[in-house]
Amino acid sequence: MSEPALLSVRNLELWYAPAVQALRGVNIDLPERQVTALIGPSGCGKSTFLKTLDRMCDLVPGVRVSGSVRYRGKEIYDPCVDVTWLRKQIGMVFQKPTPFPMSIYDNVAYGPRTHGVRDRPRLDAVVERSLRGAAIWDEVKDRLKKSALALSGGQQQRLCIARALAVEPDVLLMDEATSALDPISTSKIEELIAALKQRYTIVIVTHNMQQATRISDKCAFFLAGELIEFGDTTQLFSLPRDKRTEDYITGRFG
Amino acid sequence: MMRRTPRPLERLMGLFFSACGLTAVAFVLLISLYLILAGVPALRETGLPDFLLGRQWSPTAQRPEFGIAPFLLTSVYGAAGAVLLGAPIGLLCAVFLAKTAPPRLAAAVRPAVELLSGIPSVVYGLVGMLVLVPAVRRCFRLPDGAGLFSAILVLAVMILPSIVSVSEAALRAVPPEYEAASLALGATQIETVFRVTLPAASGGVAASVVLGVGRAIGEAMAVLMVAGNAANMPSLFKSVKFLTTAIASEMSYSSGLHRQALFSIALVLFFFIMLVNVLLNRLLKRKGG
Amino acid sequence: MSTQTLSRARWVRGCILRLLLCLSAALVCALLAGLTGYILLRGLPHVTWQLLFTQSSVLRGTRGILPNLLNTLYVVLAALALVLPLGVGAAIYLTEYAASPRLVRAVEFAAETLAGIPSIIYGLAGMLLFCQLLGLGTSLLAGSLTLAVMTLPIVIRTTQESLKSVPQSYREGALGLGSGKWHMIRTVVLPPAMDGIVTGCILSAGRVVGESAALLFTAGMGMSLNRFFASWENFAHSSGATLTVALYVYAKERADFDTAFAIAALLMLFTLALNFTAKWAGRRLRRRKGERNE
Repeated sequence: MSEPALLSVRNLELWYAPAVQALRGVNIDLPERQVTALIGPSGCGKSTFLKTLDRMCDLVPGVRVSGSVRYRGKEIYDPCVDVTWLRKQIGMVFQKPTPFPMSIYDNVAYGPRTHGVRDRPRLDAVVERSLRGAAIWDEVKDRLKKSALALSGGQQQRLCIARALAVEPDVLLMDEATSALDPISTSKIEELIAALKQRYTIVIVTHNMQQATRISDKCAFFLAGELIEFGDTTQLFSLPRDKRTEDYITGRFG
Repeated sequence: MMRRTPRPLERLMGLFFSACGLTAVAFVLLISLYLILAGVPALRETGLPDFLLGRQWSPTAQRPEFGIAPFLLTSVYGAAGAVLLGAPIGLLCAVFLAKTAPPRLAAAVRPAVELLSGIPSVVYGLVGMLVLVPAVRRCFRLPDGAGLFSAILVLAVMILPSIVSVSEAALRAVPPEYEAASLALGATQIETVFRVTLPAASGGVAASVVLGVGRAIGEAMAVLMVAGNAANMPSLFKSVKFLTTAIASEMSYSSGLHRQALFSIALVLFFFIMLVNVLLNRLLKRKGG
Repeated sequence: MSTQTLSRARWVRGCILRLLLCLSAALVCALLAGLTGYILLRGLPHVTWQLLFTQSSVLRGTRGILPNLLNTLYVVLAALALVLPLGVGAAIYLTEYAASPRLVRAVEFAAETLAGIPSIIYGLAGMLLFCQLLGLGTSLLAGSLTLAVMTLPIVIRTTQESLKSVPQSYREGALGLGSGKWHMIRTVVLPPAMDGIVTGCILSAGRVVGESAALLFTAGMGMSLNRFFASWENFAHSSGATLTVALYVYAKERADFDTAFAIAALLMLFTLALNFTAKWAGRRLRRRKGERNE
């Protein structure tokens, strides 16, 4: 591959229970500062795969992971790796907007405060920069002290992106971040993703193949826990190498 | 179509159930009514300000005085002290049970909390009287260990179970998404619990504390056995009387205006408790909505 | 690249908080273990046949709590007999009959209020209402009536919860077959809700066994044996101390701590037993509910 791989995954397997295998031998190299879309039918393991990248899958009781995930050459499943450091480097935005029940300001400042920033002017600067980065500053700058729960769904989701940006991550994982939103909010977030890839590596899970073609540079197709095909988005959608990929993108199943 | 009239038994049972429902309302009204009827005469006699603010309670003196400020303040201080002591411990215990304990351990600790709430108050009083009071006396080199401090300790233990169970329920009701979002930002589990889960559960936690205040203000027998029962203005190691214990200890030998004054104390106590209940319902409803 | 371990301050804070959590839970357990252990150790040696099956005699200088045991039993049974129809009826009214939401709110508010009133107030109100107004005097019957009012919210709440868990389809099925409302309630609503009612009974019994402040001025402190099964007169008009009141009297007024601890030990055993029974009934209730949902 021409681009340097930021996240490199080898033989990744994951079981939710001894008999329930969700990922089977996944090998993939995710390039830096590009948008990678993960597509596939429901239950194919794409969300699970996303959660293995920042070890959020650890939270599921009874889960077992084998194989290797290297982030900038460092094995993230190594026991001496600090997950809080890892999750600061690799941020995540969820399907449902999940602002904390606090003010807009406190939501964005939550991450920096957690990581030890107490200085008020510095926090102010981080909050403004993150909200601007998530293209929501103009809408909320006059009500930073108001509850975040009063925002609309699309605004809440951009707030969550701002909250993720505030800890200055390297990678941004988005788990169907637009599937709960209306079309206008969705297009705003898609524009935002296009702008963010200048500075961040982005991995998104999406159900929506049009969305994948619109915003991603690379695309990976998952089926039944296996990575079937991975390549440039244009190539994957125009000239799929695998029959199953072709069936899926032409709408034969899923 | 012909409308069939309901069978007589059906109508009778319908009436019976309505009557049952109304009985509950009737009891509340009756209790309130009788407490007011019994409590107002003495208030008239002494005047409300003198009654509430008077610092002297000497019902059997040559010139009797009925000032309940000592009782009022003792009840307030006692409840405040018990909550200050019991609420943090109860809250931490609730966090432990709801969030950090391994499930097996939590399943073993939870029944302990429930059992603690099932112990009769006279039993708390007995142990307080024979174990705690002498210990307080020795620890602080006092002539007598019975007093506000011992009462606060006993009350703190007695309100623990309600604080633990209500807070735990509130903590469990916090959506897991909040916690996932916090963890994804690189917070540790402990940081997540204290900075996201607890604030999100604040309504229920506040309700648990208010419930504790209500319990502490209303408790009579255990306090009666450890507080010393002299009508002093409250001070940490002095013998004191609470609103409840004034009633419990003097009712049996009182008569005339003294007896009526005790009913007035009950009325004041009832008023306090109603305030606490209204606050509690507000908090619980807000949490639900 | 930034450091790969948690900053020292955060690590230390986390450890301290974790420690505090464990300590507070340990404290609660230690309190329970200490209390139970101490009471049983001090009390059980004094629980003798003589104590359990005689009444105290000043002449012979012996102690016996048979009257108090029987009084407790009587008050529990009488209070339950009074509160059960009332509480279950009110719950049925709330879930099955009540048409106006305002009335439902009034009844629910009343139940919440009753649950919050402290027992000493119940004692006074019971004294005014039952002892004086109804002319029952200081008697076990007045005490039982007072405790029936006090436990009313418990029975209403548990019954209401279990009634709500009965699937709506049962009711529709019965009504669809043309049964009357009461017939429907009796045949398809009450039987599956029975466990909840039983739980309510056990909780109420626990509350009654442990209650003292509400009984001081209503059932009084009589320490002699009542033959309340002999005549209605005895039944309604004799005062009698339950175990808790007797504990108070022995400890505070007679300074007989051995007897007081013996009673305390018995009360602890009752509390434990009732708690486990309630838990067992509750588990059965949940299991049944689980079956119903499947």
